[in-house]
Amino acid sequence: KDKEEDDRKEEDSCSQQNRASRGKNYQRKNSDGKKAGEEGSRQRERGKKAPTKDQKESENKERKTNKKGKEGENKQKTDRKNSTSSASSNSSDEESLSEEELAMLMEQVEQKKKLISTMRNKPWRMVKKLSVLREAQAFVEKFEGALGKGKGKKLYAYKMMMAKKWVKFKRDFDNFKTQCIPWEMKIKEVESHFGSSVASYFIFLRWMYGVNLVLFGLIFGLVIIPEVLMGMPYGSMPRKTVPRAEQATAMDFSVLWDFEGYIKYSALFYGYYNNQRTIGWLKYRLPMAYFMVGISVFGYSLMVVIRSMARNANESTTDGDDDNFIFSWKMFTSWDYLIGNPETADNKFASITTSFKESIVDEQESNKDENIHLRRFLRVLANVLIICCLCGSGYLIYFVVKRSQTFSKMQNIGWYERNEVEIVMSLLGMFCPPLFETIAALENYHPRIGLKWQLGRIFALFLGNLYTFLLALMDDVNEKLAEEDVVKNITHWMPLGHHNLSTGNGSTATPPPLDPADVPRGPCWETTVGIEFVRLTVSDILVTYITILVGDFIRACFVRFVNYCWCWDLEAGFPSYAEFDISGNVLGLVFNQGMIWMGSFYAPGLVGINVLRLLTSMYFQCWAVMSSNVPHERVFKASKSNNFYMGLLLLILFLSLLPVAYTIMSLPPSFDCGPFSGKKRMYEVIQETIELDFPLFVAKIFSYVANPGLIIPAILLMVLAIYYLNAVAEAYQRANAELKKKMQLQREEEKNKRNNKASTNPVLQDPEDLLTPSTKSESRPKQAEDKKTESPNRTSPVGKQGKAAALDGSPMTGGRGAAFTLPPHMFMTQPPTLGVRAPYPGHPRLRGHPPGPVPGRGRGQPRY
Amino acid sequence: MGNKQTIFTPEQLDAYQDCTFFTRKEILRLFYRYRDLAPQLVPLNYTDKPDVTLPYELIGSMPELKDNPFRQRIAEVFSEDGDGNMTLDDFLDMFSVLSEMAPRDLKAYYAFKIYDFNNDDYICKSDLEKTVNKLTRNELTPEEVRLVCEKVIYEADVDNDGKLSLEDFQHMIIRAPDFL
Repeated sequence: KDKEEDDRKEEDSCSQQNRASRGKNYQRKNSDGKKAGEEGSRQRERGKKAPTKDQKESENKERKTNKKGKEGENKQKTDRKNSTSSASSNSSDEESLSEEELAMLMEQVEQKKKLISTMRNKPWRMVKKLSVLREAQAFVEKFEGALGKGKGKKLYAYKMMMAKKWVKFKRDFDNFKTQCIPWEMKIKEVESHFGSSVASYFIFLRWMYGVNLVLFGLIFGLVIIPEVLMGMPYGSMPRKTVPRAEQATAMDFSVLWDFEGYIKYSALFYGYYNNQRTIGWLKYRLPMAYFMVGISVFGYSLMVVIRSMARNANESTTDGDDDNFIFSWKMFTSWDYLIGNPETADNKFASITTSFKESIVDEQESNKDENIHLRRFLRVLANVLIICCLCGSGYLIYFVVKRSQTFSKMQNIGWYERNEVEIVMSLLGMFCPPLFETIAALENYHPRIGLKWQLGRIFALFLGNLYTFLLALMDDVNEKLAEEDVVKNITHWMPLGHHNLSTGNGSTATPPPLDPADVPRGPCWETTVGIEFVRLTVSDILVTYITILVGDFIRACFVRFVNYCWCWDLEAGFPSYAEFDISGNVLGLVFNQGMIWMGSFYAPGLVGINVLRLLTSMYFQCWAVMSSNVPHERVFKASKSNNFYMGLLLLILFLSLLPVAYTIMSLPPSFDCGPFSGKKRMYEVIQETIELDFPLFVAKIFSYVANPGLIIPAILLMVLAIYYLNAVAEAYQRANAELKKKMQLQREEEKNKRNNKASTNPVLQDPEDLLTPSTKSESRPKQAEDKKTESPNRTSPVGKQGKAAALDGSPMTGGRGAAFTLPPHMFMTQPPTLGVRAPYPGHPRLRGHPPGPVPGRGRGQPRY
Repeated sequence: MGNKQTIFTPEQLDAYQDCTFFTRKEILRLFYRYRDLAPQLVPLNYTDKPDVTLPYELIGSMPELKDNPFRQRIAEVFSEDGDGNMTLDDFLDMFSVLSEMAPRDLKAYYAFKIYDFNNDDYICKSDLEKTVNKLTRNELTPEEVRLVCEKVIYEADVDNDGKLSLEDFQHMIIRAPDFL
């Protein structure tokens, strides 16, 4: 209420009205009490704070009615009066200087505008907000035109109009934007059933979908479409044609399913693209575009991730790391206001209760040593176990990949042998997380911290798997490169030996320009890598969906329907329903995204697959969650900043950048496929473009910039800048910590002081206790408000006269008595009729030290 | 839902948009939610500002509030008359503050009011006790409740007056990681 008053004081346009009514209060008080007219401010404050609700209500109403009445008859006059009256306080000659008045008016208008734009932040009732808003708008409307004089007037009016239009446009655009946010209702529904932590996964998924959509647009619009429309058609070149040997089976589903056959020789993969420098009538530089898109996919992702991280960091407050407020936070922030489902609410209640109990126990016996030792031991044990698991899975993958290399040399191998790597990786991804979770139960962390650990571990697992996979792939690539050299030699003497071969064959009359299907070709390692990634992605999708279907849905059906005829209660007992596994799902998403980033350079179509995947999984998982999962037993809230997810994403982005950068910079591209064929390294496409398409000096500049002599100092500079900024940030942090410590100290001091006082007070306060009833009534509000009446210099003129205090049941004495045992005062907080009483006179409130963080709301000063 | 809505005038909608954190569509959606609570009470035309209030029993039965232990308080704080009976304005107000776009300061202010059960502008011990009991459905023993309350006051009471003022509360809650 106080704040409201302040606001009102500042901004209410009818300040005069206020003043009048305030004056009335003032008078009423005066007539009642005896200390008239010392400090207006204090008085007013008392008056404001103290009145009971009805009184306040009536006051408000009074004001409102007054306002309304006046509004009706001469609104402009009030406005005018208001503006001039405030001017009058500053300058006495307001009438003479129209310039000044104008400036004043301008200021007022600005103020009003600010008020309009911040209206929604005001803690007022809607009715009040609406009326104030209307008033302010009318005021602005009225005086806006009057501003600016002579020539400037028109311009000003125009500017205003434009500003108005702009605001309207912005609002419409905002309206449009919120309509465009997909799945809002779906997510809200999930949120209300499962609490905000599960919803945070879906929000993350949606965000991911947006990012992927942009990437897809980039790749599709700048690479795939131009190639399909303007590039050489299928079948015109060896790289765009299925080889003769494969043609018979190229359309079989089993072949297509492995992304061989026609799919392999389509625009989905790197190998399809031609190294022609420009294509079509647009002279579109496709190889250049391919390269730049490949780079900008990473650039854009990096930018987006970092930007949203920064935004999150801004939003999140100074982490919850200081444990000053354990109980307070538990009390005031533990309820998840988004819950709207009785079952979840039950779980939430239970979890709040247990958490309270836990912290009470912690508090009561903070010296429980053996427990801590046990816990530490368990945590170490858990970590050891998990590291063992990680090593085991790493070795398993290494083993499988090695084996697959021997398999690939053998003929006619079965389906299992061909897909062993993917199967093993998927299985590991399926079974390790639950294992980790079981192990993590040993550790007994708070669920939120536990979630982070769990995420970190699964992340390590996935990362290890991914990198072993990559290393194995690198082996493969090197092998292919060696093989390529051989083929290259063949193609060199091919034109010579070709005649012998073709006549010897005597098959189709191959004309001297060889049919593209027959040209011997290299293995094209880029396409192989791309296919590997696509396969991995697809198998990951399948495994995820099957897991959901079997692990969640079938289980839920089983539990639900077999429960009628089973020996024990399935719903409450062993299988029960599944919980939604946030950590696993988030990690799956992040990991999957890493694969997309890595693979998109070799398989431009991969992003399209991923967009489809995210789209379907949004619907599928929403459905699965709503239909077959139960809320977590310990429902906990996701903190607003999910920077942890983002951090993981950033890490995996960086890690997936590494192999791609390595291949771009230091592996030779295949000689007969892909946009960079014929070059020594992929990045040469840039040099080529610069040399051929740009004026000479650009090439010169480029060569200077690329000089190590410049790059190394630049890197040094960046390192220095990072170091400097880091140091600054640290200094700020230290200052922060210092301030915090100071505040803490202050509090302790005050507490001590109060305790001391409690022992000495009886003497000091004796006279106070013996006040006459009249003064007692005055001193009451004082007690209620600043109980730190450290200064016994109370100059209450009437007090201290006699022993008349013995009115039994006097709240005064009761309060004092209680003051010794525990900090009471609460029963005094609402003295029944305080508003009418005489305001307390005497010294201004002694707030020994103003409470640090909340700067004064202007309590002390009179504010007229 | 006709294309051209006739519930509000455009000016009203603009004013509502200025006063809340909602967009046009959301305001309309909220209106329909409001109306669905009592279709026979709420007219479909708000251009002449009918004076309609819905009783607390209806407000409290909304799925958003149904399971909230503080629903009564929320309704009381946001309602004009303090009894939980809401006009459309109050209704919009409530959802505006509870929406995720509202700034923390504003939320803290209203949260304070919500936890201040006896409306005395301080959160005192009895308020705290009520809060704890609501949160735990009376499953803590009185001693435990007392202990918790004492701890809360010990932690959050900056100016040492044995109860939490708005400043104390804001100071404490603004840095809570969970405070949405």
